Amino acid sequence: MFDEPFATGRSFIHRIDPRHRIVIAVVYSFVVALTDRFAPLTGALIVSLALAALARLRPAAVWRRLKVVFGFLALIWIVLPLTTGTPFLARIGPMGISTAGVLLAARISLKTTAILIEFTALVATMPLATLGHALGQIKMPEKLVYLVLMTYRYIHLLENEYQRTVRAIRLRGFLPGTNMHTYKTYAYLIGMLFVRSVARAERIEWAMRCRGFRGRFYHLVDFVPTPATWIFSAMMGIIIFWIAILEWGPHLW
Amino acid sequence: MHISEGILSGPVLGTGMAVAAIGTAVGLKRLDYDHIARAGVLSAAFFVASLVHVPIGPANVHLLLNGLVGLFLGWGAFPVILTALILQAVLFQFGGITTLGVNTAAMAVPAVIVRYAFGPLIWKRPPVAQAAAFACGFGAVLLGAVLVGLALIFTGQEFLEVTGIIMAAHLPVMVIEGVITLFAVAFLKKVQPALLPGYCARPVDDTPEGKNEIDTP
Repeated sequence: MFDEPFATGRSFIHRIDPRHRIVIAVVYSFVVALTDRFAPLTGALIVSLALAALARLRPAAVWRRLKVVFGFLALIWIVLPLTTGTPFLARIGPMGISTAGVLLAARISLKTTAILIEFTALVATMPLATLGHALGQIKMPEKLVYLVLMTYRYIHLLENEYQRTVRAIRLRGFLPGTNMHTYKTYAYLIGMLFVRSVARAERIEWAMRCRGFRGRFYHLVDFVPTPATWIFSAMMGIIIFWIAILEWGPHLW
Repeated sequence: MHISEGILSGPVLGTGMAVAAIGTAVGLKRLDYDHIARAGVLSAAFFVASLVHVPIGPANVHLLLNGLVGLFLGWGAFPVILTALILQAVLFQFGGITTLGVNTAAMAVPAVIVRYAFGPLIWKRPPVAQAAAFACGFGAVLLGAVLVGLALIFTGQEFLEVTGIIMAAHLPVMVIEGVITLFAVAFLKKVQPALLPGYCARPVDDTPEGKNEIDTP
């Protein structure tokens, strides 16, 4: 259920220092999100695809992830061209397809795709435990890092518990439908999940205290930026700067 | 109820981040280390519970449960929802870095509001208590949809129709969330009332000194 299909690998990207990858991903995402011209957006999409190739992401797996947002993009492509208003690109009966609407929908689609592919290539390519520790080392609050790691640790277990309960109610002949009984059953199921979680949390707390837990997890491997990391970061810095120039710089072309 | 990457304008993204940062700071401050394991496990439970798909007519919707998060954790809803969104982004690529702030705010602000508006009422008599529990679930999704709508409209007037569609699509979700929250609160009141806010356990004290203490309010 919660497999991380991109987390392990031996590609160039996988060997870059996770802290650098996170910082680059944040800056790159924001720059692309604030970009509105088509030249830098197309450039960004190409850069994102190149990053995905560098990370050796399987295209089928990336496509499966992208499908999730494509539903929303489809809605935008249907609604925006019909509602944005004149001037019209074409007319269908009483409705007009607005030029501005089509451009806006195209812009959003480019941005969304570019950012998602880049995020998958740079951030989804590290195991969540590494992400947690890297977040800690770039000075995110310790408690938040703790929450991320703890949550990740227990989603697998609680998902199993949930599946177990679902099997149990199915065996008793539960058929979900649109009725009060179904909603009541789901509510009790969720309630039970919380009751069990709290009981478990108490045992976890005792166990952790017995082991001398003092509010943080220790990471045994120190992240050391290799020369490749510095070269990659410098390259990405130049690319981000170039996208920003294309968007906000003097327009000589 | 996610806003995808690449839609919102800079000021809207910035406002969302500021709200999420303040809320998370307050939430983390109130979360002491003695209860943080519990917050971690609860946040995992919410993550799993929000994957539950509930049938509605021919389709099905997944639950958000931000009303319940608010009831259980108050301001703690901010860090817990932020955590869930980070995990969703990495594991499923729902949402991403730039919208993390807006999406956290859109779910956690309603959670905190319903907690303080309706939380105290869930211990009243049944009709009031049931209405309050329903309002927690219904209101949290309604306010969330309103915040998402505001984020879109402040980005551009072109999104007015999209906002309308999103609000309409969330109407059945609101009702289902209300009903589920109502039943879940009723269940927890019987099984584990200490999870709900404002519950004070009456200590059962058999010592003669203790007996006097219980009767005094």
